[in-house]
Amino acid sequence: MSLLEVRNLCKSYGALTVTDDVCLSVEEGELHAIIGPNGAGKTTLISQLSGQLPSNSGKVRFGGEDITRLVMPQRVRRGLSRSFQITSILPAFSVMENVSTAVQAREGSSFRFFAPVASEVALNDQARAALARVGLEDRTDARAGSLSHGEKRQLELAIALATNPRLLLLDEPLAGTSGPEAERLIRVIGSLKGEVTVLLIEHDMDAVFALADRISVLVYGRLIATGTGEAIRADRQVRSAYLGEDA
Amino acid sequence: MSPRLRNIAALVIFGGFALLPLLAGMLGESFLIVIATRILAFAIAALALDLILGYGGMVSFGHAAYLGIGAYAVAILQRAGITDLTLHLLAAIVAAAPFALVTGAISLRTRGVYFIMITLAFAQMAYFFFVSLSTYGGDDGVTLAARSTLLGQPLLESDRVLFYVTLGLLIVLYLLALRITQSRFGRVLTGTRENPVRMQAIGYSPFRFQLTAYVISGCMAAVAGVMLANQTEFVSPALMNWHRSGELIVMVVLGGIGNLIGAVGGAVIALLLEEFLSRFSEHWPLFFGLILIGVVLASRDGVSGLIRRIGGAK
Amino acid sequence: MTNLLLLQLLNGLQFGVLLFLIAAGLTLVFGIMDFVNLAHGVIYMIGAYLVVTFAGMTGSYGLGLLLTLPATLLIGLVLEFLIFRHLYDRSHLDQVLATFGLVMVITEAVEMIWGAAPLTVSMPEALSGSVPLIGPLRYPVFRLAIIAAGLLTALGLWLVITRTRIGMRLRAGASNRAMLSALGVDVRKLFTLIFAFGAMLAGFAGAMVAPILAVDTGMGESVLILAFVVIVIGGIGSIKGAFAGALLVGVVDTVGRVFGPILLKAVMDPSAAAQAGRTLAPMLVYILMALILAVRPAGLFGQKS
Repeated sequence: MSLLEVRNLCKSYGALTVTDDVCLSVEEGELHAIIGPNGAGKTTLISQLSGQLPSNSGKVRFGGEDITRLVMPQRVRRGLSRSFQITSILPAFSVMENVSTAVQAREGSSFRFFAPVASEVALNDQARAALARVGLEDRTDARAGSLSHGEKRQLELAIALATNPRLLLLDEPLAGTSGPEAERLIRVIGSLKGEVTVLLIEHDMDAVFALADRISVLVYGRLIATGTGEAIRADRQVRSAYLGEDA
Repeated sequence: MSPRLRNIAALVIFGGFALLPLLAGMLGESFLIVIATRILAFAIAALALDLILGYGGMVSFGHAAYLGIGAYAVAILQRAGITDLTLHLLAAIVAAAPFALVTGAISLRTRGVYFIMITLAFAQMAYFFFVSLSTYGGDDGVTLAARSTLLGQPLLESDRVLFYVTLGLLIVLYLLALRITQSRFGRVLTGTRENPVRMQAIGYSPFRFQLTAYVISGCMAAVAGVMLANQTEFVSPALMNWHRSGELIVMVVLGGIGNLIGAVGGAVIALLLEEFLSRFSEHWPLFFGLILIGVVLASRDGVSGLIRRIGGAK
Repeated sequence: MTNLLLLQLLNGLQFGVLLFLIAAGLTLVFGIMDFVNLAHGVIYMIGAYLVVTFAGMTGSYGLGLLLTLPATLLIGLVLEFLIFRHLYDRSHLDQVLATFGLVMVITEAVEMIWGAAPLTVSMPEALSGSVPLIGPLRYPVFRLAIIAAGLLTALGLWLVITRTRIGMRLRAGASNRAMLSALGVDVRKLFTLIFAFGAMLAGFAGAMVAPILAVDTGMGESVLILAFVVIVIGGIGSIKGAFAGALLVGVVDTVGRVFGPILLKAVMDPSAAAQAGRTLAPMLVYILMALILAVRPAGLFGQKS
């Protein structure tokens, strides 16, 4: 049984179909990438899978459970987390607080009113571990809003990791980064392999082909192919529809 | 505001209040204590509002309703022969909580402009409810037979004792609110203000936390109502007029939102300003309003930005 | 009983069209500019005061009304220029504070100019009588005139909004503000126009009720909050919603006050019914609002966000 099973998922706005009958399965432990030209509906698909956007029809099963009707916080508590293409952090919080807030969500009740949360060792330790993983351990006390763009992308990833997901949906984690920043993020994502199942959306093709076990191609809301890197590279349909080559 | 600065401000404000009766005694101006008690009661309400406005990002335009609920708890229990202050406080909280729970649950289904208008509308509903209570004077309100008793004794009849009891309550509630904002719960509340989608994406359902904060805040404001009723020994629907809700917001903003002690300072500033202006002219609201508009227009990033700049902080 | 009901329905309709005139401008301001304006009620009040003064100067209520319209339009323009336009891109909190300050200033200024005592203005001779409805039942002509004027204004607004370019822009803006500037609309000019026109409608409402109400500085406040209820019920930014909401609130409020106690008497003893009726009747519109919101958080005609 696959960790994530998507069956006939659809999303449309009026006459505009953004997700068109998508079927997809993500196996436990794999790093599965979704590629496709701009406007293919990749972010919409991630939003549907994460529960941020309701779907018009179709089914989503996660770990054997039907989660189609669950909203985002419920899915996160079951181990399905996402990161955002456009950085979404808590700007007034420190880097540490951003991540330990995510740890707190799964560690015990948040209806505790009196004990100061800043001195909860268990939360901070786990947050520090997630920050160390993405290379932000030296910036724990900085205000998140004051970080550089690259650091914010690292923080975005650390927050998602801190929710302790079984499946991580990464929506263009490299967006807006380049050079050493991008390389560092690619290394971190690569290090997740075998530990966390990842569904990755990314425009950086080198990164995708280097990282992914399997790749699915989304064009105009339809999934036109799924396979290993070589298979996708060789697929005529993909080459014509996506890479713009004549078949 | 840094924690250090906040602690200094709290010490100065609360210490200043604690010494005030001495000053009033020396000057022979005993009415100072009366005014100060009123300020303290409003400071409790402003503190309550800051908890949801400053930390939760919820602009409630209906907090005067809770002042009224607290005040009427005193009037109603007293008529039933119950005079003890602690029971009055308890009743105020018990009455405020369900009102906050129900109206909060409905208001929090909405955002932004809607939330402001709906909280205002519910406060107006409470206003009309108390206007209709003809046994309690309807529109005209009712004069209390006496102040609440403490330990079975009419101790609060002394303005000085009432002052110190109110100050004590304010300090306790301030410390309580401070603890709440620094707790796990407070962190979720603040995070939701900052970025609700992010909070959902790490597994929180904001609604429950916002609603809980709303109820806590309503109960605190009801405590303020109990003390206000005791200070004036008079209870009327005018206490929950929508202007009163607006004034509470003004207090919180003037003092700087989202740091609790600012709300207390804001209550001091706003009520002293009112007191000061009313010495000059019976039309003092005109000047108060002009100051308000001026302050908002003078600062591009809002009143809190202006306060920050004047304060010289970053 | 039927007569009483008919009478109260007409009163409710009259109150409803009045609320519509106030809510129409306000809902556009909320919807298109995402702007909280607490000072709309005082414009209604100013309309009433101005008609008293102008009618006194000209000796005619009709002329007074004609002068009040451009005067409140002008006041709307001036306020927009001096205050509101500096607040469009501010937080709701700032808008609340500034317009709350404005309410204090205007209320106090009106009291300084016209005094604290309530004023009255007599209605024109031609409209002061009453007409027979059914049997012995008669209804004041002036109130019918208010209903007619309100419905005509609503019709006019509907035509403007559905049939003209500017109406199309308004509808586009109410559902999607970003679209307005994308369409190349001069947003500032449009905002100014909406404000001034909304102010005139509120002033019109105030001027029309002046002959049947005591004109005092408190008259704007209760109406403002009821207008909020109307907008919340109808859905922010929707003129159609404002119309439906206003009539609903007007009728429920008016009819509820009279028939609430009567209905309650059927199920409980008279004195308890009287008290319960007095308590519930003024709360009725707010309960109605709560119920509608529980089912439709965006209001009857609101856009789901």
